[in-house]
Amino acid sequence: MSEAVTGMTAAIEVRAVEKRFGNVGIIRDLNLTVVKGERHAIIGPNGAGKSTTFNLISGHIKPTSGEVKLNGDVISGLRPFEINRRGLSRSFQVTNVFARMTVWENVRCAVLWATGQRYAFWKNVDSLPEVRERTAQILDDIHLTHRRDVPAGLLTYAEQRELEIGITIASGATVVMLDEPTAGMSHAETDRAVALIRRLTEGKTLVIVEHDMSVVFGLADRISVLVYGHIIASGTPEEIRRDPKVKEAYLGEEAH
Amino acid sequence: MTKATNSTSKAGADTSSGSLRFYGVWLIGIVALIVLPMIFSSGGSLTSFSLIGIAIVFALSYNILLGQTGLLSFGHAVHYGLGGFAACHMMNAVVSHGWPIPLPFIPLFGGLGGLVFAVIIGWVMTKRAGTVFAMISLGIGELVASSSLILRSVFGGESGITTDRTALPKMFGWSFGPQLQVYYLIAFWLVLSAIAMYALTRTPLGRICNAVRDNPERVQFIGYDPHVVRYLAFCFAGFFAGVAGGLAAINFEIANSAYLGAIQSGFVLFSTFIGGTAYFFGPILGAILVTYLQLGLANLTSAWQLYFGIIFIGIVMFSPGGIAGLVMMHRPLVRAGTLWTVIPSYLVAVVPTLALACGVILSIETVARYSGGEPIDLFGIGFKPTSPVTWVAAVVLVIGGAFVARLSWRRIAEAWDRAATVARDRGYLA
Ligand SMILES: Nc1ncnc2c1ncn2[C@@H]1O[C@H](COP(=O)(O)OP(=O)(O)O)[C@@H](O)[C@H]1O
Ligand SMILES: [Mg+2]
Repeated sequence: MSEAVTGMTAAIEVRAVEKRFGNVGIIRDLNLTVVKGERHAIIGPNGAGKSTTFNLISGHIKPTSGEVKLNGDVISGLRPFEINRRGLSRSFQVTNVFARMTVWENVRCAVLWATGQRYAFWKNVDSLPEVRERTAQILDDIHLTHRRDVPAGLLTYAEQRELEIGITIASGATVVMLDEPTAGMSHAETDRAVALIRRLTEGKTLVIVEHDMSVVFGLADRISVLVYGHIIASGTPEEIRRDPKVKEAYLGEEAH
Repeated sequence: MTKATNSTSKAGADTSSGSLRFYGVWLIGIVALIVLPMIFSSGGSLTSFSLIGIAIVFALSYNILLGQTGLLSFGHAVHYGLGGFAACHMMNAVVSHGWPIPLPFIPLFGGLGGLVFAVIIGWVMTKRAGTVFAMISLGIGELVASSSLILRSVFGGESGITTDRTALPKMFGWSFGPQLQVYYLIAFWLVLSAIAMYALTRTPLGRICNAVRDNPERVQFIGYDPHVVRYLAFCFAGFFAGVAGGLAAINFEIANSAYLGAIQSGFVLFSTFIGGTAYFFGPILGAILVTYLQLGLANLTSAWQLYFGIIFIGIVMFSPGGIAGLVMMHRPLVRAGTLWTVIPSYLVAVVPTLALACGVILSIETVARYSGGEPIDLFGIGFKPTSPVTWVAAVVLVIGGAFVARLSWRRIAEAWDRAATVARDRGYLA
């Protein structure tokens, strides 16, 4: 654990968070620090609580106890849209887009709040230059410009995953959390998606859940290992690779 | 890369010719509204057109909830009715105080009546969507409808609140006594409301409403509170329903508890759904068709509500997109130039489908009229409900029609698949 990390430079701080569903403690004494500007991977076996951790940080569910901070402010207990407005955006492991709306509309909706449109009912959404340019830029970034008028529900799986990333980054959030963005993709698609993620999160803070170890070790500045709802190790890829607890609990089974 | 450029330039061309076509459609609609009473000038058609105009405003307001925000309301008539009462009270107040407000401004007060109630009740109602919202809307609908009979001073009890539209200050020398003048007043508000409601769909709020309809959970993670979005949509829907109610109050010169009730709420749900909720013009088609059928069928048969039910079930089962969905399904085929390959299969299907429909009508009318013994007039052919000949004809038509019709429908599906495949290959269908 890098104890040098101070509160001032932390984008996300999770302190002693517990989450119980009924009687089952899914997250136990979770402590996690994500430094501003770093790419932080969370790894761990299926069911370890990675998605639940995402849900806790993004406000989707509330911690039973403990505290989450974003840029030094406590955000645990806030609603998801309040957290989003403070600059944290997340994607979902299971594609979660606006199925009946076109690709263009999907991305544009994600741009609206960030460009200050709020609930405006007196502006024509088609004649907002900033909205249009940002939407076009994102579509270009995620290589879906040629599919702009297709309803999102009719996209291929890989395209939907790219749209999922596009919606997540569209607001221009400074903290981006991606939950298994490459799950179910082929090798070629994964490479493309990783290059995309690398480019789009340049200069931002990235938290990513990923199963492909070559992706994790190639992309992440730091890695946290989550097992049974508890972070057992957090450090640079080199530190994680050498950590005996990690070897035993997790990498041991999948070491290549 | 070339593919992307091509499609972009094509999209660009589509947009400019599309906007021409867009304004063309609105212009045609407005011109049609102006000339309709010149072509069909009988009192009966003027009354029908007026009712249809009111129904269109009402159905469009309902679709702000159902089609655009994904809220299924069973109590939308509450806003319509309160709009009607607000308009009646306003008209009477204008007359008794001698205020200089002419009749054409009255629907605005109807709208405010619908809006105020939506503002008050909406925040609690729209906290949740789905079944919870539907059930609460049903409850509120019943509550208000029954209150209207108890709170006599406001709602006038059984007899309602009457008014005299001609007693208001004149405008352009119009007294609004003749139905023709009332029709034009309704047409004016129809155009105004339709443009406003269409414009609403093209605003940031309108688009976020669609997002809330598709996926309220995800909306929270792009900065929006779905509760606020639903609430605002509910207020807009309430306002325009109130406008429709105000128009009805002007048209009938009365508002009573029937305006607020479940039948009226069912009627608007029905019109909107049959027309199709996915397109802006769907509820317009639905309101025209349902109002027209209601007026026409009620004269022809006592079982007209049964036919409504059958039509509704048919649409729900076979064309959940409504009439608008059926029409718009053909657009990619038209663009790809493959529509002509399915037309023959349609023509083949017409005869057996009509036979089936006749069989169903004959069966229903036989049952409905058996005890009374009144003759059935089916497209000029007379049948006696008590005669075995009629029963045999009905059974033969239903069974034979259904059998052949199914075959012909299957052929439509096959022709459709082939045409769609071609359209997909040509890039007109995703
Ligand atoms: N809403 C919930 N209610 C009950 N149990 C849940 C809920 N969400 C997640 N869990 C449980 O929490 C555990 C962790 O799930 P998850 O966070 O999705 O794991 P991961 O993303 O690491 O694979 C699983 O056992 C899952 O069944
Ligand atoms: Mg997960």
